[in-house]
Amino acid sequence: MAIGEKEQEIIQEFLLFEDWMDKYNYLIELGQSIPIIEDKYRNESHLINGCQSRVWISAEMIDGKMILKADSDAVITKGIVYLLIRVLSGENPNDILNAELAFLNQIGLQEHLSPTRANGLTSMIKQIKLYALAFQTKEN
Amino acid sequence: MDKNQQQLINQFPILKQKINKFPLVYLDNAATTQKPQVVIDALVDYYTNFNSNIHRGVHKLSQKATEAHEQARITVKDFIKASSSKEIVFTKGTTDSINLLAFSLGESMLKENDEIIVTELEHHSNIVPWQMLCERKNVKLKVIPVNDEGELLLDEYANLLNERTKIVAVGHVSNALGTINPIQEIIDLAHQYKALVLIDGAQAIAHIPVNVQELDCDFYAFSGHKMYAPMGIGVLYGKKHLLEQIQPYQGGGEMIESVTFEKTTYNELPFKFEAGTPNVEGVLGLEAAIHFLLKEDLNQLSKFESEVLNYATEQLNKISRVKIIGNAAKKASVLSFLIDGIHPYDAGTILDQLGIAVRTGNHCAEPIMNRLGIRGTIRASFAAYNTKEEVDRLVAAIHKTIDMFG
Repeated sequence: MAIGEKEQEIIQEFLLFEDWMDKYNYLIELGQSIPIIEDKYRNESHLINGCQSRVWISAEMIDGKMILKADSDAVITKGIVYLLIRVLSGENPNDILNAELAFLNQIGLQEHLSPTRANGLTSMIKQIKLYALAFQTKEN
Repeated sequence: MDKNQQQLINQFPILKQKINKFPLVYLDNAATTQKPQVVIDALVDYYTNFNSNIHRGVHKLSQKATEAHEQARITVKDFIKASSSKEIVFTKGTTDSINLLAFSLGESMLKENDEIIVTELEHHSNIVPWQMLCERKNVKLKVIPVNDEGELLLDEYANLLNERTKIVAVGHVSNALGTINPIQEIIDLAHQYKALVLIDGAQAIAHIPVNVQELDCDFYAFSGHKMYAPMGIGVLYGKKHLLEQIQPYQGGGEMIESVTFEKTTYNELPFKFEAGTPNVEGVLGLEAAIHFLLKEDLNQLSKFESEVLNYATEQLNKISRVKIIGNAAKKASVLSFLIDGIHPYDAGTILDQLGIAVRTGNHCAEPIMNRLGIRGTIRASFAAYNTKEEVDRLVAAIHKTIDMFG
């Protein structure tokens, strides 16, 4: 499934929730299915700067696709990282670099997107794109 | 609710709004307080009626603005009981005040191997400017430790002092834990060693009446925006004879007496520290906030606050999974806490959804967080307009948060 299609799927899922609490409860639930980062990557160099909670994200290239894994010590943050991974993991670096990730606005998580927001969603996206750029450069 | 407090609350237009359909409960006052209508009106009045650049202008508007600006300086002087308005330097805020002082004192009075003492409780803005000075001048930074309750260990402080100690920089009230520090003892002890004392009053000025002459502190810094005044205005109080001895921080207009390419002489106090066009609206807003505090009576406001703080402490202590961080015997207006098993960020997010504004994280005070072995807290910080009913809303929201995260 392409990035855009996965984004649409998430938008549809979140349409079901009118109440903010249901939305956050769903996010909390989603966080539980995050592909957990391997212990060897759970270190300073995989820690995302600018987050109030600690977030680690790793990236590996397998058969030309970038595989992302992560973890966070905050549950809501974990749910948000899960959404990013669901949309971006398994895609090629070029598509990841071009992804606009408009779904985050559409599912009402825009408040997490401002550059100074404590959960550092912007920093997470930046880090994932940096991984993609590094892999792309290596391939070329 | 107290009738007087209701009358107070009514003066803050922003508090009438709803957040996520809930009436706003604003508990982030240690970050910034909201502004009463009189402060907002002062800014509008200035721009509507007499906006003009001050000092040196011959025209009426400039004269009026200059007079108002300098009258405000006298109001500040009276408010903190300084002996002269020359001792009141307007700055951008506490951070700016401390940077000014660290630079000017450093350049004028410090030499290699001198020592500066700060505390483990300090906000980064009362640590980093001193660290920068230490690097510039090869000066040593020493730190007064705290006990587990978040109280300074004065015995340790006494051991740190010696004839090389030149500056002691201490917060009046801790922004992270609310501890009221024994600044009188700290000042008196420092003076035995002829060390100068800066008190960072950012978290005290709206909560505790300050008398700089009685305290005998050498410098006292605070921000307008934490005392119901606008952002971008602050004060550095300094004893006149000390301010006279230290060199200016920034050069430019306003701060000079005469300029030639051969030599520039500096203006008199306090103008030599106020380079450039000043923040006139901020100064006038600050004056309006001081009038507001005097009219409402700071002692009465402190009474509202301590009642609410005590009530909140009592109520939060009843929640078995809540642990209050910082249990000093003397505290002002800050309640830091953790909920067992729930990340502060998660809790803060849910509280926000319920219309309750708190702050989460390390509160720009990483050293004290490290000392207590935590990464951050949830901080509810109170102002005079906060009520016990709002504390009840906070308590209910904490219960809801616990339900959500299990």
